[in-house]
Parts: sequence; structure tokens; C-alpha cells
Amino acid sequence: MKTALRRILSESARLDVSPDSLADDADLYAAGLSSLATVHLMLAIEDEFGVEIPDRMLTRRLFSSIDSMAAAVTELQQAKAA
Amino acid sequence: MNAPLLDPAAPAASPAPAALTAIEPEPGWRAAAQRCAAVAAQFADAVDSEARFPVEAFAALKHERLLSAMVPTACGGAGLSLADVGAICETLAQGCASTAMIYAMHQIQVACIDEHGGASPWHRQLLAQLSEHQWLFASATSEETIGGNMRTSACAVELDGARFRIEKLAPTISYGAHADAILVTARRTAESAAADQVLIVALREKTLLEHRGVWDSMGMRGTCSEGFRLVATGLAEQILPTPFADIADQTMLPVSHTLWASVWTGVAADAVNRAKAFFRAQARSKPGSVPPAGMRLAQAVGLLQMMQARLQVALDAARAAHAARLNESQADAPLAAMLGFASDMNTLKTSISSTALDVVQEVLMICGMAGYKNGTPYSVGRHLRDLYSAPLMINNDRIAQNTASLLLAQRPAAPGRA
Repeated sequence: MKTALRRILSESARLDVSPDSLADDADLYAAGLSSLATVHLMLAIEDEFGVEIPDRMLTRRLFSSIDSMAAAVTELQQAKAA
Repeated sequence: MNAPLLDPAAPAASPAPAALTAIEPEPGWRAAAQRCAAVAAQFADAVDSEARFPVEAFAALKHERLLSAMVPTACGGAGLSLADVGAICETLAQGCASTAMIYAMHQIQVACIDEHGGASPWHRQLLAQLSEHQWLFASATSEETIGGNMRTSACAVELDGARFRIEKLAPTISYGAHADAILVTARRTAESAAADQVLIVALREKTLLEHRGVWDSMGMRGTCSEGFRLVATGLAEQILPTPFADIADQTMLPVSHTLWASVWTGVAADAVNRAKAFFRAQARSKPGSVPPAGMRLAQAVGLLQMMQARLQVALDAARAAHAARLNESQADAPLAAMLGFASDMNTLKTSISSTALDVVQEVLMICGMAGYKNGTPYSVGRHLRDLYSAPLMINNDRIAQNTASLLLAQRPAAPGRA
């Protein structure tokens, strides 16, 4: 999943650095993630993993690292499967 | 944005019944703004034709201590809210658009320092000095080779121990030659990415400004938005502690868009006043009939009222967003609300800037040749030329594209969905 997230980051987030060089817990905002780019990131995640991120989960923290996005996707996928 | 101005004339916890005494006198700053607007109006044509800084209006603004209107009272200012400062901008714009725009741009810098440097002793001291000397602050966010995108920089802060140096080629620094301090964006360090920016307060006496171009423009000629090579030095404390990305999102953009919209609304309002005067004079000369331009005047007045109402909505939204920011951690704030606020500010800017032009076009049709000619009581050539800058100051096309992206994040609430 984190490989897919890195690919999505490189495609839609327009970071200042290559996502491959980022640790799973690296601060993406510090890497140049803009609030506008989070919108595209959100749509790409929803498309890739077949989930819809509810408004209650949509915070700055959600997009703050690869770890936090992976945790959210896992949670949504589990909720969907249940 | 700040605590409202304490009205010294208001009765202090008076036990007297409120009935009939509730009508408060006009606050002093409103009358002061009107006096300044009268001075600005007197010199507006000269400022425009000579493309010079509105010195007389700024002498008046300093005399009335309106440059520190938004500075908190603890730092010697009047502590006015964003809405109050917007009202001052609107009033000034009825006299001279360049004066009002310079005043608005100055207040944007004050807001950034107050909101994001409030905890820093150096910046609080700066605001106190601004109040004491009625300093004028400008900004240098654009950069050659970068174009209009203020969210990236090529130049970088060079830190040497406790001191910094920046060198920036700025295609425009509005009234830069007349400012006492300039807020400059730059990359945090020479190694930082283009979007990893900080905002630095460069003081006049430690800043070299070398002219790189003249400001001979269609309108807003008094803003003297010339190009400069800027070389500033100073202490590392002068760098605002908050990353510029946050300053821009939370303060610079919303304050810019609301105060610019106030200016444009004021320019349109003055034009509509000219149309009303023309219409009355026309009706007077032919008693018993309504002149043909009547429908256009009704249209112009209706549009102006919509602008004023839209501006009010934006000021309320800005106040609510500011309050929300103080009450909850940024990381857990709902993103949908933040993006919604950003798109609200965007549409404010695009719609007020284009509607203001529509209003003045109507006024020109109403006043006809008297409006087209310069130097009549009904002239609106300057108004139109000044307002043509409105859709261009951060190009409306670029903003609309940005808004469209923001709208992607707004999902309509559907019944039965999370």
C-alpha cells in the first residue's frame, strides 16, 4: 500500500522532493505539500483504493505522512469489508 | 481580527436605562477616515496624472494615526477589526483608489505581523514603533524568474550567526520607495525547496533598494509599483516564526482579498454617486420625465448592493475562520471547512473585481460624454482605469482555476451518507 501511496504522491502532490526519498513518517507539509495538493491527493487515494474518505477524517493530520494516510486507508477498507 | 475598538464615548456600565441612549455616536476613526478621503479626493487627479505617491493623503492618514488602526491597543494602535479596516479602505477608495490600495496593502502586512509575530518580542516592538512613528509597510513577494506565484521563491535567506542577508530581484514592490519596512519572502535557507519560504521584515535603514523599472501604468498609478533590486540585512529575529505557507493561507490571502474587495467596492460606490448626481441633474432639467438612463442606474445600484452584501458575508466568514483557528489545533481542523473558506475568499476576489468594473461601465453609459471626459464632476475614466487592475492583481483566471480544484473537495451532503 505504501508503494501505491508513494506513486500517488509523485503523481498528484507536486512535492519539492521525490516521494521515494521520504520516510514513512516524514512530514509531508514540510516537504512542500500544499492545501491545494491535498485535494488531488484525496481524490487519487479514493480512486486507487476504492474508498470514500468521510469529512470527519479529512484533516490536515490525515495527509501529514505516508503512515497516517496508510492507517486511514486501512481503517476505511476494514470498515467497508465488515 | 483583533479586539474591537473601545469607544471612549460609550457609557461605562451605566445604570441608566438603555432606551433612547443606545444610539452610539459615530466612532472617531470613521470621521477620521472621511477627513483623509477628502484630502485624497482633492489630490487624486494629480496623483493619477503624475503617477506619484499620494503624499498629501498619507500625511493626513499619519496625522489621524490611521496607519496603526489595526495594531493591537497593547502596541499603541487602535485595535480595529478587519471589518472596521475594510470600512476605512472603502471610504478612502471613494476619494482615491491608489491611496486606498496602498492603505489596504499596508494593513495586510500589519495583519501578518500581528497574527504570526505576536509572540515575538522583536515584532511586538516593531508594531509599537509603527504606532509611534506611523510607519508604512510594503511587501516584496513577487520575484523575477518566478512570475506571479508568490508561493515559491528563488532567493534565500543567508544566515550568518544572528544576522541575515537577502537579495531579491522584485519586479514590483508597490510604494517600495516610500515604505519604512518591507516584508520579503525568501527560501528558508540556500538548501531549502522553492516552496519552503519564510517572511522577513526588512527595515528601511538596513535595506538597499535599486530601481529596476518605472511604474507607468493604465491605472492605480499612485501605487508606484516599481521594480527593485532589494538587498536587506538585519537580525535573525526579524524572520517571522510561522512558515510563509501558513501565513499566506491563514492571513495574507484572506486579509488581502477582503481589503482589496473593500477598495474596489469603494471605487464603484464613488462612481455610482457620480451617476446619481448626473441623473438628478438630468431629471431636474426635464421635470416630469425620468431620463432614459434610469434603468441603468437602478441596475448599477443593485449590483453595488450585491457587492456590499458579498463583502459582508466574507468578513463574517473571515471572523469565523479566525475564531475557529484560535479554538482548535490546526492538524485536526476539518479540511473541508478550511478549503471551503479558501474558495469563499477566492470567489469574493473574482466576483467583486469583475462586478466593480460592470458597475462603472453602467455609470459611464449613464453619464455619457460627461463621464468620458476628464475633469467633470461626472468623470469616471480614472475609476475605470484603476479598476482594470482588479481582475489582474493575482489574475482572476489563475484564481478561478484554483477555486475549481478547491471545489473538488466539497462534497454535497447527501442523505444517508457519512
